[in-house]
Amino acid sequence: MDFALPDEVTMLRDLVREYVRDRLRPLTMQVEEEDRIPDGILQEMKDLGLFSIPFPEEYGGAGLGELGYCVAFEELGAVNAAYSNIIGGHCGLCGMSIALGGSDELKGRYLPRMGTGEILGAFALTEPNAGSDAAHIQTTARRDGDSYLLNGSKLWVSNGPMADLYTVFAVTDRDQGAKGVSAFVVERDTPGVTIGKIDEKMGLRGSRTSEVFFADARVPAENLIGEEGKGFRVAMRTLDGGRMSLGASCVGQAQAALDLALEWSKQRIQFGQPIASNQAIQWMLADSEVEIHAGRMMVYHGAWKIDSGQRASHEAAMVKVYCSEMLGRVVDRAVQVHGGMGYMKEFDIERMYRDARITRIYEGTSEVQRMIIAQDLLSGD
Amino acid sequence: MNVVVCVKQVPDTTARKEFLPDNRINRAAVENVINPFDEYAIEEALRLKESQGGSVTILTMGPPSAEDSIRKALAMGADSGVLVTDPALEGSDAWSTALVLSRALARLDYDLVMTGMESTDARTGLVPAALAEQLKLASLTYASRVEIADGKVRVNRQIPGGYQEVEAVYPAVVSVVKGVNEPRYPSLKGIMAAKRKEIQKLGFSDLDLPADSAGKTGEKAKAVEVTPRPEKPAGEVIRPDSPEAAAGAIADFLQAHKFI
Repeated sequence: MDFALPDEVTMLRDLVREYVRDRLRPLTMQVEEEDRIPDGILQEMKDLGLFSIPFPEEYGGAGLGELGYCVAFEELGAVNAAYSNIIGGHCGLCGMSIALGGSDELKGRYLPRMGTGEILGAFALTEPNAGSDAAHIQTTARRDGDSYLLNGSKLWVSNGPMADLYTVFAVTDRDQGAKGVSAFVVERDTPGVTIGKIDEKMGLRGSRTSEVFFADARVPAENLIGEEGKGFRVAMRTLDGGRMSLGASCVGQAQAALDLALEWSKQRIQFGQPIASNQAIQWMLADSEVEIHAGRMMVYHGAWKIDSGQRASHEAAMVKVYCSEMLGRVVDRAVQVHGGMGYMKEFDIERMYRDARITRIYEGTSEVQRMIIAQDLLSGD
Repeated sequence: MNVVVCVKQVPDTTARKEFLPDNRINRAAVENVINPFDEYAIEEALRLKESQGGSVTILTMGPPSAEDSIRKALAMGADSGVLVTDPALEGSDAWSTALVLSRALARLDYDLVMTGMESTDARTGLVPAALAEQLKLASLTYASRVEIADGKVRVNRQIPGGYQEVEAVYPAVVSVVKGVNEPRYPSLKGIMAAKRKEIQKLGFSDLDLPADSAGKTGEKAKAVEVTPRPEKPAGEVIRPDSPEAAAGAIADFLQAHKFI
């Protein structure tokens, strides 16, 4: 057993850490106010290779695996959630659904250009009537000659308004339930694809989500990811990696919240001494440290499992539920340590508190994760 | 244009430094990074390679962990690295460092040797010139601009109040100042490529040097004493009654210190 990160992952971590400190941190308030990542910054991130971390090297990716991807997400967690969201929708979800389930032709067609960031991807699974119950989506794909006609609407699609292509899940055989769902790569400029209004959210400022509509959108049959009826499988395998990296981002956000709380507790003088001298504060700091460490170890273990070719759905569910709920507790304590200052917009911790809340909901709610974990336990797997 | 960049691994500038009983920095106790001045030299070498062709080799003397600094430079785009590491070299001063680097350079093919103007730990700035002396090459130090033309290297050499234009036929040794360029970040592709690039390791016996020429036994300069920098005195706070009085107080201060 070796807990040391591989050298290349350590270098990636140092690179992202340095980049976050020098380039992204000074922009946190700007991104929050303008609700967008500056174009120049996005281009820099693409040039560094941050839009290609988990893609295989033979398709132009960095080939740094799930572990590299998670370590980068941990570092990105220290700033606005917008950065990990755009990369998450693009790489972890859209790109990896192609990488995991797509034909060599499909991978060759899209992954190299996605890796450089020339084209941006998004993942369209959730619908107005199918959120947690993802198997019951209503979007349909009907075979018509050598193409499919897609009809339906998708909700809260991260990168939806800016994406050049979408991984879209649609029903090809209603009678088959989850086994009748198929996944397609749909290009944005396909006639019949339209974008709805951009969502107004509690947090995640700088990350754009929207509805995406399909009205007789004609998609070539070769854009089917894998085979007909394998869409739900593709979704679940993709989400394993997505949940792992989401957990990593939670660890990074929690670490940043603890760092801020620690700093503040040493500075803030009440009753003639720093509030850090109070055991009530110390216990909050200590509890956070313990939980962050536990979350980090869970993420690294899960990522290692994926990189070694093992299925990790069970671990991904545990990572997702633990790390997101851990973040909720840590960031709540950090606000408490800050007192009234923690409620003020001018303090980072206020944004972090709002950004944190969604992590218990998206990419599978806490309840769905527990459902998965319990089903695995009860089925004796 | 083949460039060898000599780099040094130094304690992170922000780290609190501890000293060993013989007044050397305790490098094991802190996080170590590439000397920030050397990053400018690496960047300048990479730009020369991009405009002139050729290769960039990174050369360092240090403990085995200095390989990390070479690896980072390789991730930035350098082609290969040479690490000179040997317990016998521990404690080498500026002169013997230059001697060792010059012997390692004798094994390499180069048109230009580049370094940062100084290291952020010892800050002597002696190695570039000592290296040129050892190699019997021209020394172009404190360059704020580097240009290759007509078989010569031309630099703007930073001096108080301006710069000199200096040129020499190469091979030559050039040290660069901060701000000569903006060093790039290594890219992810660079990081992966660095894994596959060669780092050659040399020991003291490979250098063909007398036993007492480097390390503690070869020292020509001795650190006699280490004194922490004195605490900064508290600033003066002026609390004037009106904006006019504040402006007056600022003007008086600037005048008293001969700023205006």
